[in-house]
Amino acid sequence: MPEVVEKKDIMSTYLKLFNENIDKISVASSPIINKFRNSAIQDFEKKDIPSKKNENYKYLDLKTAFDNKYNYYFNQSRIQVNLDEVFRCDVPEMDTESIILINGWYGDKINKLQKIEGKAIIGSLLEAAKQYPDLFEKYYSKSKNLEKESLVSLNTAFAADGIFFYVPDNVVLEKPIQIINLLISEEDTFAQPRNLFVIGKNSQAKIIICDHTLSASKFLSNSVLEVFQEENSVFDIYNLQNEHNGASKVASVFFNQNTKSKLLSNIITLHGGVVRNNVYVNIDGEHCESNLYGLYLSDKWQNVDNYTYISHNKPNCTSNQFYKGILDDASIGAFNGKIYVSRDAQKTSAYQANNNILLTNDAKINSKPQLEIYADDVKCSHGATSGQIDENALFYLRSRGISEKEARFLLLYAFTNEIIKEIKVEVLRDRINNLVDKRLRGELTRCNSCVINCC
Amino acid sequence: MLKIIDLHAKINEKEILKGINLEIKAGEVHAIMGPNGSGKSTLAAVLAGREIFNVTKGEIIFNGKNLLEMPPEDRARAGIFLGFQYPIEIPGVSMVSFMKTAVNEARKYKNLPPYSSSDFLKLMREKIALVEIDSKLTNRSVNEGFSGGEKKKNEIFQMAMLEPTLAILDETDSGLDIDALKIVSNGVNKLKNKDNATIIITHYQRLLDYIVPDFVHVLYNGKIVKSSGKELAFELEEKGYDWIKNEKL
Repeated sequence: MPEVVEKKDIMSTYLKLFNENIDKISVASSPIINKFRNSAIQDFEKKDIPSKKNENYKYLDLKTAFDNKYNYYFNQSRIQVNLDEVFRCDVPEMDTESIILINGWYGDKINKLQKIEGKAIIGSLLEAAKQYPDLFEKYYSKSKNLEKESLVSLNTAFAADGIFFYVPDNVVLEKPIQIINLLISEEDTFAQPRNLFVIGKNSQAKIIICDHTLSASKFLSNSVLEVFQEENSVFDIYNLQNEHNGASKVASVFFNQNTKSKLLSNIITLHGGVVRNNVYVNIDGEHCESNLYGLYLSDKWQNVDNYTYISHNKPNCTSNQFYKGILDDASIGAFNGKIYVSRDAQKTSAYQANNNILLTNDAKINSKPQLEIYADDVKCSHGATSGQIDENALFYLRSRGISEKEARFLLLYAFTNEIIKEIKVEVLRDRINNLVDKRLRGELTRCNSCVINCC
Repeated sequence: MLKIIDLHAKINEKEILKGINLEIKAGEVHAIMGPNGSGKSTLAAVLAGREIFNVTKGEIIFNGKNLLEMPPEDRARAGIFLGFQYPIEIPGVSMVSFMKTAVNEARKYKNLPPYSSSDFLKLMREKIALVEIDSKLTNRSVNEGFSGGEKKKNEIFQMAMLEPTLAILDETDSGLDIDALKIVSNGVNKLKNKDNATIIITHYQRLLDYIVPDFVHVLYNGKIVKSSGKELAFELEEKGYDWIKNEKL
């Protein structure tokens, strides 16, 4: 049987889980990962699971998500999934062999690291730590801002596996790579994937991460992704979050940008009970560009919370943030976006916008921009709106013979389009358009060809 | 075709229409003129089914149907078209999908099968040529970033696509330069036939040089105070509205 987390005092539960399993985890792991564990668990104990008292988590209830009896998979072998039977994703032209994570573990037990287009490497984090210790050590747990999140420390303490992706210098990957992140278990399960991506100098890559739940159990996932972009690299990352509403997730991503690098991140949240996205961007070189997009469509009791922190440390960089949401029923959303501009980061341009449509009186959105600017020659702007469907536009469409229901749908769909159109992978854009269409019509949003009902 | 009987309407407890009577037959063009605030646009909006106006009294019969009981979409499907004074920009909704949805909804209402994509595009090309609008406009989102003139031309294009029985053009001439005015009025004239009718709401006589009305009505203070042939428009142009106001007093 997998290890069981007892339901008692929440903090002591997780400390006990650590103390009882640390030897087992460490033996199977790499010294590079192990050396961070003790200080991480101490840091987690000191800072605790974020509560609503924490200003950055004011609108999110994580205690309930953590206060549950979960299984924890300490190694890969216990998971029995026949992927051919349960999951087939057929987004056309997504021609890479699908990279799959199951409950935080790399899915392929035989080819633990594979070459992409003959040049880049993708595969198991654990395997990479063993096969490429020097490269791995240079980056692992080296992101700026990791200390800002206590749950990152919890992840670091337990870190076992996840995805490692390395693009050497001067390599342009033509095709996007898709990572399918699955949660599947007969019992309630806690998973903590740890991922590390390195995009070398002058290199370019696109990653698509699809999060799914494949069984009805409760899930808690606390993932960490570190991304290092070297000079003049271009990286696009899309995350489609489509877990069931009994799943809770905290996904923390740390982007570290070097000179002249370009980043595009787009997080689309369709389903998931509690969803918290932390996106940290640390800009440590001149002439960088960072574009962060997000779209959340929530209903019922969903709680979707997006937090961004962009740190401009060098001059002449641009960041754009554009998050939009449609909230139905009694769902609660938050957008909390911080822009930090250091004294040296002159000629910074930083923009932020968050627009929301509330479909009921019970739905809530809390939008909070925060600017902290120490340079004097910068252009920064932020704006947040929340409102209802535009009645003038609704009447215009109806006056042309379009039913009220269809007109509302068209307007909501159009509202989402501003985010979806920023998806540069055409097949993915079409697929997401299709999923958003279904989501707005209240249909299930499983992918057509997927035989599993994910939500 | 259309019969308006003693129509009263208010918004926020303020009465705007105070007993309108008007009858329109197939093949006719009616111009409704009047000073600002007389209720012209309200009349247009009430005909189209705008719900912010509260009809307190009266009837509107359109081809035997009680219009006031119908939601705006059903009025449109039954053949009413309102050309907006201020067409709305709808970013993210393409002109093509907008018009395709609208045209097929109307066809469904008439128990006709929906157009196939190729038939629809063919129809669109025909109408683009007919009303002389730039075909690039139809590749964009509805009215997004259109100039004032482009928006008005787009209204006429939509009218051409929907082929209404009764078109109500609310201040379609406002903000148009002379070239745009000609294109818009040519469109309206080409679409005119013996089976449909047009109501032109305008402040100025200028538009009526291009679209010749059979009847001109003057709306003042929520009522039609004068109805006559097209010569009334010239008289109004010459004398302004004051003489009517004075005549009323």
